[in-house]
Amino acid sequence: MSERIVIIGAGQSGAQAVATLRAEGFSGSITMIGDEPFLPYQRPPLSKAYLMGTLERERLFLKPEAFYRDAHCELILGVGVSRLDRAAKTVHLADGRTFGYDKVLLATGSRVRKIRSPGADLPGVHYLRGIADVDALREVFLPEKKLAIVGGGYIGLEVAAVAAKRGMDVTVFETMNRLMARAVSVPVSDFYEKVHRDAGVKLLLNTGVEAFEGNGKVEAIRAGGKSYAADVALVGIGIVPNDEIAKEAGLACEDGIVVDESSNATGDPAVFAAGDCTRHIGREGTALRLECVQNAIDQAKHAAMWMVGKPNTYREVPWFWSDQYDLKLQIAGLARPSDRIVLRGDPAARKFAVFHLREGAVAAVEAVNAAPEYLVGRKLIADGASIAPERLADTSIPMKSIA
Amino acid sequence: MPKIKYIEHNGKEHEVEVPAGWSVMEGAVKNLIPGIDADCGGACACATCHVFVEQPWLDKMPPKEDMEVTMLDFAPEVEANSRLSCQIKVTPELDGLVVRMPKSQH
Repeated sequence: MSERIVIIGAGQSGAQAVATLRAEGFSGSITMIGDEPFLPYQRPPLSKAYLMGTLERERLFLKPEAFYRDAHCELILGVGVSRLDRAAKTVHLADGRTFGYDKVLLATGSRVRKIRSPGADLPGVHYLRGIADVDALREVFLPEKKLAIVGGGYIGLEVAAVAAKRGMDVTVFETMNRLMARAVSVPVSDFYEKVHRDAGVKLLLNTGVEAFEGNGKVEAIRAGGKSYAADVALVGIGIVPNDEIAKEAGLACEDGIVVDESSNATGDPAVFAAGDCTRHIGREGTALRLECVQNAIDQAKHAAMWMVGKPNTYREVPWFWSDQYDLKLQIAGLARPSDRIVLRGDPAARKFAVFHLREGAVAAVEAVNAAPEYLVGRKLIADGASIAPERLADTSIPMKSIA
Repeated sequence: MPKIKYIEHNGKEHEVEVPAGWSVMEGAVKNLIPGIDADCGGACACATCHVFVEQPWLDKMPPKEDMEVTMLDFAPEVEANSRLSCQIKVTPELDGLVVRMPKSQH
């Protein structure tokens, strides 16, 4: 009998795994199971163009249905997986069906972190992770309405930008003392703070939400001891990995399914994992969980290569992006608070980059409307290149000749 | 619906209809035409949807925005007629457009 691969999760990673398995000549059967009723789709546009209404749903799909048909990939959508039985090598679906496997890929992704404040289950309190979430949010995304955003991270701020453009009255509540504190450095936080304030978005930093108030639906947010009127609330306070199936199957999980950094295999050589749901040892030697398209794509490629017997090493530099207003933020590498930071360009010109040097070598770059800095930076990070800070800061030296 | 001809680096041609309003990149991806990766899904963030635009279409192209110009600057094998296909919006005027794919997107 030919080899059987089952992919649990039909998102960016799952779709990539199908593509790579077939491109690498895998000729066995592929079954992909997803709990959402949609073909694998892109999540990044959800909080941007899809929310704005400038991108139709059909354009979110990563590949057309014909791709899976041509790849002889059996797609089972709208059904969750309830159990992985590693001894019997079977995957059990919520509807009672069972699939046997020779190898399985856990591409289960992540889900939103729920806020536990009182009143959080009131109608009108939204989250943003999937198509259905945005479809619901769009219905109440109307000019002049008061939108309360809980969390000043990527999701909250991308939504704030769309809402401000839509003419909504937007207030962001953030517990930290700056925006996107988990993802970007102080100069970048400060820059985006000014941009949002200039767009009319109210930002309440150092302000945790204590409760959602209202009769039958959310009408106000209680924060910092005060009450703020709200017609709609959006909570964006991070995501948690979907590692329960792995955990229940006895695989090592530590806030994410623990995978080998090269093969993306778990402790069971027949079980691989890729994307948001995983924890791996990064290229800098520390364990981490990455929440991004790059990791979803690259880990899926690596896992697929190992599945077909083509070992290789996962060494890609992580990269991220965020679109807010007319600004494109592109980040490569993972900065640390102890890095030396070097500013290149002028934030007031809405075009600048922040480089992070670690023991002289470029470790990360954050670029705002500055593609050359981002692209060259990404290469410098991959090469472990050392560049003098004065050189990086000197905009008269083009990035192409900086090394 | 506007027709677009995509020519792979090996010379294989694909002529497909692409709805107006979509990008040239989406037309390729949704029609399973190999040679355009578009890792970022069209956010002008990855430079893996590079194409060469043939005349007379080159003159009918929308102008490049700064981001595309700089992203292209770092793509491999760039020529004067290089574009990022995620940034070319399909319009009725582009009916018959011909684009060629580079050898590699990376």
